[in-house]
Order: sequence, then C-alpha cells, then structure tokens
Amino acid sequence: MMTSMQRVLTCLGHQEPDRVPMFLLATMHGAKELGLDIETYFSRAQHVIEGQLRLLKKYRSDCLYPFFYAPLEVEAFGGRTVFVENGPPNSGQPVIGNQEQISSLIPPDVSRTQCLSRVLDTIHGLKSKVGDTIPIIGVVMSPFSLPVMQMGFDHYIELIHGAPKLFDRLMAVNESFCVAWANAQLAAGATAICYFDPLSSPTNIPRDLFQRTGLQIAKRTLAKIHGPAAIHLASGRGMPIMDDLAQTGAAVVGVSALEKLDELKKSCAGRLTVLGNLNGVAMRHWSARECERQVKDAIRLAGRGGGFILADNHGEIPFQVPDEVLLAIGDAVDRWGRYPLHWHEESLAEDAC
Amino acid sequence: MSLTTDNSRTDLGSILPKFREALETYDVPLAESLFQHALRLGPPMEIIEALIVPSLQRIGCAWEDGSIALSQIYLSGRLCERLVENLHIANTGHVNEPPRQAIAVLNDFHLLGKRIVHSMLRASGIALHDYGRVTVEELVDRVFIDKVDILLISTLMLPSALKIRDVRRALDERGTEIRILVGGAPFLFDDSLWHEVGADAMGRNAADAIQITRQWMGERP
Repeated sequence: MMTSMQRVLTCLGHQEPDRVPMFLLATMHGAKELGLDIETYFSRAQHVIEGQLRLLKKYRSDCLYPFFYAPLEVEAFGGRTVFVENGPPNSGQPVIGNQEQISSLIPPDVSRTQCLSRVLDTIHGLKSKVGDTIPIIGVVMSPFSLPVMQMGFDHYIELIHGAPKLFDRLMAVNESFCVAWANAQLAAGATAICYFDPLSSPTNIPRDLFQRTGLQIAKRTLAKIHGPAAIHLASGRGMPIMDDLAQTGAAVVGVSALEKLDELKKSCAGRLTVLGNLNGVAMRHWSARECERQVKDAIRLAGRGGGFILADNHGEIPFQVPDEVLLAIGDAVDRWGRYPLHWHEESLAEDAC
Repeated sequence: MSLTTDNSRTDLGSILPKFREALETYDVPLAESLFQHALRLGPPMEIIEALIVPSLQRIGCAWEDGSIALSQIYLSGRLCERLVENLHIANTGHVNEPPRQAIAVLNDFHLLGKRIVHSMLRASGIALHDYGRVTVEELVDRVFIDKVDILLISTLMLPSALKIRDVRRALDERGTEIRILVGGAPFLFDDSLWHEVGADAMGRNAADAIQITRQWMGERP
C-alpha cells in the first residue's frame, strides 16, 4: 500500500496510484475533537496540531490541512476577526476604509506577525510528526482576491474599474506579502500551497477582466513560490477559464459542484489535477447511502487515469457536517476508489451492451 | 406621451439590446445616452418598466447559467439605480406611505449580494428599507417597528443562513405576519436550505428577487 504522499504524487503525475486520493479539508472539526470552541482552538498552534492529527487518524484523509481561517491574512494587515460559534470566522470591518489608504499600505512582516507565527508553528509541529509520509497543505489568499476582505467586494470592484494606479499599488503590496507568506509555510514544512483565488472565477468577474488582472497576478505570484501549488476557486465556476488556469503554473485546480466533473476532468487532462467537487453544504444531510452514491459517481466521472483528488468543492468542510458523513465518504473511497477501477470498466461494458 | 404607439415600441425594442450590452460592458456614457434617448419615447415609469427592469432581469438570470459575472451585475445595478434616482420620480406604492419591504444582511460582513439586490429593486421602482448588516435581535426589532411584511435576507456564510431560523422563530413569537425571501451562496448549494430555515422562498439570483417581491406586493390584501 502506498503512503499518502506516494499516492498523491502519483496522482499528480496523471498516473493511477493504489486508490483515489481523498482530501477531507476539515479545519473546524479539530475543535470538536478537542472539546474546544472555535476561537480557543485556533488560539494555540498545539491545539491545531493535535486536532489535525486526530482528524487524520479518524477520517484517513490523504493530507494534513493546517489552514486556520480566511480572515487570518487580513488580521495580519491589522484587521479584526469575528468568531462565530458554529462556523468559520468572518473578517470584520475592512482594513482599507478608503482608497487613499492604499498609497501608504505596507505588507505585514511574516516573521513578526503573531497570528501567522501560529500557523507556521502548526506546520512545523505537524511536519515533525509525519515527516514526508503525508502532504501538508499550506494556504494563501491570492493577492487578487484578498482585497474582497481588505476593503469589501463592492468597493474593490469599483477600485478595479475606477482607479487602476491604486489597484496596481494594492496588488504590489499583496503580491509581496503572498509570496513571503507562502514561502514561509513551505520553509516550515508545508508540502504544497493552496492558492485561493475565488475572485478570478467567472462566477465573480468576466473572463476578459480576469485575463488582464487575476491571471497575470497568479502567474507572477506562483512563479515566485518555491513549491507546488493548487489554485482553488472556492466553489466558483472554473470551466470557462480552464485553459488560462493551466498557464498559471498551478498543478491542481479546485473545482465547483456547480460544474460537471467529467467535463472538468476532460478539460484538465494531462495539465491539471482536479480537486473536488463534493457539495459541502448539501453534505450536511447525506445518509451513508447518499455518501456512497456521491463518491462513486465522482470517481466514475473523474477517477480514471489519475489526475483526480476527491475533496469538497469549497476547500473547507462546513462545521455542521457530522462525523458519520465524513467516515462514510472515507469508506466509500475505500470501496470504490481502488485502482484499477474494474467496476467502472464493467459498468461501461454493460452500458455498451 | 406613452409607449402606446407602434413607433415608440419599435424604437424601444431596438434600444433594449444595446442598453443591456452597455450595462454588461459597463459602458456608462452609452448606457446614459440610450436611457436619455428612451426617455423621449414615453413617461419615465414606463421606460423603467420596458427598458431597465427587463435588462436587469435578463442580466440577473444570466449569472445563474455562468454567462455573466457577479461584478457585472453589481455595476449594472448601481448604474441603473443612479439613472433612476436622477429622474426624481416617486417610487411605486402608495404616496407618502413608508415601504413595507426591507432588506438586510444577517451577521455576515459580506454586503455585496444585498447591495446588488437593493440596487436592482430600487432601479425597478421598488422602495425598501435598507437595514445593512444586523443581528437577529436588531432585525426582528426593526421589522416590527417598521411594520414590514416582506423581508429579504442575504447571507454568504452557512452559519448566517442557519440563523434565519432564529429570525423566523422570533417573528412568529411576536405574531408578525411576514414573508421572508432569502438569497446567497449557501442556498445555491442546497436547494432545501431555504425551507429548512423557515423562509417562504429563495431567490437564485437578483432577477428572482425582483419578480418574487413584485408578486408578493401584488398579493397584499
């Protein structure tokens, strides 16, 4: 049997490993394991290390995911994180209250920012436990998408359309930070970086605007990150820009439940590994039978030939998803994800008859 | 002057696709010029109904099939809102009567969805209270004070969507007769979520919000 690292690397090489790799991207579930509220859980690296290791043992995921929460980077810029009892924290009032502040904005020093240090300590602690047997996935927000939290989506759209020089200045600051933050996580022991870039999705901006902005920024930024990267659109559609995403230098793309997995796989074949696309919101109510149906269907549509990692479609499993569902997903991968996928060949033959 | 003449309707029919394209590409001068031209063809309220409302509804629906992006909907909604505001015409409804519909973001700091729907409703001639970002308690109090009977709630995060249950429960306890329309990302990923949280309907896009709000306004006793 392969280790998770071998399984994932084989998959990324567009070959079939021993079974379909499964990334159960659970962050807040670690708090449940330790009997802590979410804010307390994320207040210490030791909690997250322990939480991730318990989740790994319980759910048999093929990665560790020391991602805390999206507003963390805005916190590093001086923003406030607003915790809730049953979900991911929100980013508080925007740190950029008016466009003029962009001129004097400076990137946080990664090595001297407490909230970032907690993540680096977590990665370092996990690495010391698992070595090279299991991929550790670090996370950054893309320089292009971060301003949605830094200044609010509406004000940011108006900046993109109305103040190109300030937009360029903001991107320069964010790019500098993003590269330093990603490389610090890699230096701490992360195997790869997940570059979350939901704004680049055609769900949020038109393709021609993406090609002039988010695409160029992703190319520049990923080129300076010293490790493999996944680009994730956090539930946003990606199909119309798949050829563009293949040029960014990313090895993996996180895809939406709103799109057809077989078409996505075909579009990515040989260029990008597909990560997805179980519906995390709907998953809250899945029965064991429904879990099996969803997993089997995803593997049927995208599993053949490698280049497919089963995961949720958002990059973070909702806090409300019960243990039973995550365990049933793991069981279904064990049952239907073993390569070669003989059952798949047989079902194709039956269809042909 | 009205749109009853064949010539007026033909002229407006030729403007409509150009106006919609100007909105989609955010060509502000062209959109303004086409709107001014349209205003010469009929009374302002009829032009809003025949030009702005169908354009925004079409753009809103196009988002769902992936052919239009959220940024385009936001910018076109804001532009139309400005065009309509510049006319300084009275909103639909009874003159001098405060609106009985309201919109709010529950708990989230993500306000874009609410701003889009708010702009589109106003551009369609529907007045409404804008409560901004509120907690459950604040929302229930304001709805009660303003005697709102149509409430639109926008959420981005799943926990905020689940909080709508608390809004419904609190309003029911006060005996408030109200219809709740919900929208936002969590509802798009779970078709039954609106029902789970006790809403009366969900809008999959901004066009739905216009259509459902109008329908409910028309059904008032």
